[in-house]
Amino acid sequence: MKLADIRELIGAEVLVGEDKLSTVEIEMACGSDLISDVLAFCHDKTLLCTGLVSAQVVRTAEIAGLSTIIFVRGKRPDESVIEMGKAAGIPMLATDLPMFETCGLLYGAGVGGICLGADGSRRGDVG
Amino acid sequence: MYRGGNDGQAIDRAGAAFSGAASPHSEPVLEMSFRVDRYDFAAAGEAASKIKQVLRQLGMAPELVRRAAVAAYEAEMNLVIHSEGGQILLRVDTEKVTLVACDGGPGMPDVSLAMREGYSTAPDEIREMGFGAGMGLPNMKRCSDSFSIESEVGRGTTVTAAIRIA
Repeated sequence: MKLADIRELIGAEVLVGEDKLSTVEIEMACGSDLISDVLAFCHDKTLLCTGLVSAQVVRTAEIAGLSTIIFVRGKRPDESVIEMGKAAGIPMLATDLPMFETCGLLYGAGVGGICLGADGSRRGDVG
Repeated sequence: MYRGGNDGQAIDRAGAAFSGAASPHSEPVLEMSFRVDRYDFAAAGEAASKIKQVLRQLGMAPELVRRAAVAAYEAEMNLVIHSEGGQILLRVDTEKVTLVACDGGPGMPDVSLAMREGYSTAPDEIREMGFGAGMGLPNMKRCSDSFSIESEVGRGTTVTAAIRIA
């Protein structure tokens, strides 16, 4: 699903990455307000829905290789965080919808969840 | 061999910390050290970000780079949140990428408890930032092929994580 379609679906404001809306393709997403869970369970290219708006969420996206960040519940990061997103080349959207609805709409539109193994590890992990 | 760091003094300590681990078959090709300050949330993650960039530039496999970056980031956040400050050492040789996070205190009274998923001593204000899920050390272990913790209350903690280069 194209980022442009996601923006439309959840009525989001684009904070970073207007130029990537028609090129970034989203297949997988996760919703979390826990940074370690994102690091542990999210695959490369995952879209993250979160209520966190600190600089650390951009760092997390950068480290974990996430595709896009959607800020939910009407939260907006401050300008310095937006600048970090621009520097890292990570598209950032913001919606007034709560986490549950945002995730539900994405899932209903065909975006998949992260795949976990029986032991809770990311499927396909080594070690 | 490349040696560098974000502060000059840390380099000597990096060399000292690594000298015991070196084997004849794994001469370091790169060593770097990064100082991490307690509660410096503005800079937190910069070391891990740099480590990711360096490993990528070395041409390491993307999944290896990702595992090392996640381990480094968890180590860095542990230093920021729980330690009195410390450093992260990156050592790359022909066989593995090694990360050593060491601090001067306060040390952990019960390492096995700290390794339990979900256990955290982080205060509420840290949890509100999205940390303190009790997954930091388990995440580091999950990303590593070998992992060890040495800790002594009042002296400090050294966490060592190594990832094999396939």
